[in-house]
Amino acid sequence: MTDTVAQPAVADAKAAPDTMAWDSGLRRLMMIYLPLGCFVLILLFPFYWMAITSFKPNAELMNYKEHNPFWISSPTLAHIKHLLFNTSYPRWLWTTMTVAIGSTTLSLIASTLAAYAIERLRFRGSPYVGLGIYLAYLVPPSILFIPLATVVVQFGLFDSPMALILVYPTFLVPFCTWLLIGYFKSIPYELEECALVDGATRLQILRRITLPLAVPGLISAGIFSFTLSWNEFIYALAFIQSGANKTVPVAILTELVTGDVYQWGALMAGSLLGSLPVAIFYSLFVDYYVSSLTGAVKE
Amino acid sequence: MSVTTLPPLALAHRQPNWLVRLFDYKPFLIVMCLAPAIGLLAVFLTYPLGLGIWLAFTDTTIGRKGVYVGLENFQYLLTDSLWWNAVFYSVVYTGIATFGKFALGFWLALLLNNHFPFKSLLRAIILLPWIVPTVLSALAFWWIYDPQFSIISYLLVDVLHWRTTNVDFLGSPWPARFSLIAANIWRGIPFVAISLLAGLQTISPSLYEAAMLDGASAWQRFRYITFPMMMPILAIVMTFSIIFTFTDFQLVYAITRGGPGNSTHLLATLAFQRGIAGGELGEGAAIAVSMIPFLVFATVFSYFGLARRKWQQGESND
Repeated sequence: MTDTVAQPAVADAKAAPDTMAWDSGLRRLMMIYLPLGCFVLILLFPFYWMAITSFKPNAELMNYKEHNPFWISSPTLAHIKHLLFNTSYPRWLWTTMTVAIGSTTLSLIASTLAAYAIERLRFRGSPYVGLGIYLAYLVPPSILFIPLATVVVQFGLFDSPMALILVYPTFLVPFCTWLLIGYFKSIPYELEECALVDGATRLQILRRITLPLAVPGLISAGIFSFTLSWNEFIYALAFIQSGANKTVPVAILTELVTGDVYQWGALMAGSLLGSLPVAIFYSLFVDYYVSSLTGAVKE
Repeated sequence: MSVTTLPPLALAHRQPNWLVRLFDYKPFLIVMCLAPAIGLLAVFLTYPLGLGIWLAFTDTTIGRKGVYVGLENFQYLLTDSLWWNAVFYSVVYTGIATFGKFALGFWLALLLNNHFPFKSLLRAIILLPWIVPTVLSALAFWWIYDPQFSIISYLLVDVLHWRTTNVDFLGSPWPARFSLIAANIWRGIPFVAISLLAGLQTISPSLYEAAMLDGASAWQRFRYITFPMMMPILAIVMTFSIIFTFTDFQLVYAITRGGPGNSTHLLATLAFQRGIAGGELGEGAAIAVSMIPFLVFATVFSYFGLARRKWQQGESND
C-alpha cells in the first residue's frame, strides 16, 4: 500500500513551502506523517527489541503465550550483572576505548598535518597527493585484512591492541584529511598572510590561527573517527586472538555466543552496553555528525 | 581575533634559531607534514594491497612461506562452486540492497525535506542504525530472525493470524539471503537519506517556483528538477554504497556465518573462512583479489553512468 502512495508523496515533498492551498491536513498526514512514522518505527524497532530483551528474565524471554513479548512484566538486571561480573566485559570495553582513543588521536594528528600541507602549503602536485589519499578511502578493509594479518605478524604485533591502533588510521586518515581540507579551505588566506607579515613562522600560524579556527572540523573528524574505530570489526576479528584483548563487537560474537542455546538476554545486554558509548557520544554531537557526513559527501 | 595572539609571534621572529628556520623552510615543512599520513598509509595500506596481490599468486599458508604458483589459485577458484556461489550472492546482495537503500533512502530524504515540528530530533534519531556498531545491531537482527522466538513470526502468527507456522528466516537458502539483504537495507537507509537530504537542501526553491508557474505537475517537478539536480550527489553516494555493500562482511558473519549450507557467503566472508580461519592465506588472498574487478566495474559504472548526466545538463536530460 505504501508503494502506491510513494509517488504522490515524493511529488508532494517537492512543493517546498507548505503554503499550497490544497495541502490540507489530512493529505499531509497521509503523505508525510504516516510514512515517516513507519520509517521511524522500523528503524528504531531493533534497538527497542535489544533494550527490552536485556532486561527480561529468561522465563519471559522464551514464553510468548503467557507474557506479552513487547513488554516486561518483571524487569531484571541479571543479564547485565552476569555480563559485568562473570565475563571479561569491562576489560573488553576498556580495550575498545583504548583502541578507539589511540587510533583517533593518531589519525587526527596525521590528517591535520597532511590537510594543512595539501591545502595551505600549496606545492606542485598537492592536488595529486590529495587525490591519492582520497583513493585510499575507496580501498575496502575486506580486501586488505589477509595481507595485513601477515604484516601485523611480521611486526610482532599479532594479538596486541597496538596493531589495531596502527591499522585503523588506514581508513580514518583519508576521511579526516578530506574533511579537514574542506574546513581549511573555508579559512581566509588573509589571516595567514597577516601573520606571515608580522613574522610568524608556518608552524605558529598552524597552531595559533588555522587550528583554532578549524576546531569544529577537528571535533567532527574526532568523533567520527572514534565511532568508526569503535565499530570496526573485521581487523579486530582477524588480528586479535586471546579473549582478554578483544574489542566489544568481536568479543560478544566470539566469546558470548557459545553452545547451542544462545543466552539472548546476555547477548542483547552486551550489545546494548556496547552501543551506549557511541550512542551517548552521538547524542552530544549530533550536529557535528550530520555536518561531517554530508560535508564529506559533498567535497 | 587572531591579532591578539600576535605579540609572542613577534618575539620568536626576533631570535630565530636554526631549528625555527628549518621548520619555516617550506619543502622541509611539507615533507614533515605529509610524513605521518603518507607513512601510515604506505605501510598499512599500499604495501598490504601489493602484498595481497602477490599472496594471491602463491600457496602461502599460516606459518609457511609460500612459493609462486602463478594463476593456480584463480584456476582453482573458477572450478570451485562455492566461489561461484559467493560471486552470485555478492552480486544479488549488492544489487537488491543498493536498490532498496536508495529507493527507501530517497523517499525518506524527501519526507524529511518537509517542514514539521521536531525535525532535527527526528533526523538525529534516524541516523542511529548507522552510528551503532553493525555487529551489535546484526545480533539484534539475529534474535529477531530466531526460528522459535522471532518477534516477526509472533506478529504474523499470533497477532495477525496471517500464517499458521513460524517463519524460518535463516534455516533455508533463499529466506536467509533475503533476511540478510533486509538487515543491510535497514542499516544503509540512514546514510543514504541524510546524504541525499543534504543534496536536496542545496536545490534552489526558485527552480520549483519557475516550474510551477509553467504549470509543471508535481511528478514533472520531481522528474525534471529534483532528479537531475541530485545526480552528482547520487553518483558519489551510490559509488560508496556499492563498494561497501559488495565488500560487506560484518552482517553476514554475525548473522549466518555463510550458512545454511554455504548459501549466504559473500566474497569477503568466504575469503575470511579460507584465509584466516582455514589458514590458506594464498587462496583467501586470491578470493579477496577477485573482488577488485567487480569493484572497479561497479565504481566506473555507477560514477560515470550517473555523473555523465551532469555534463549533459542544460541539453537533453532524458
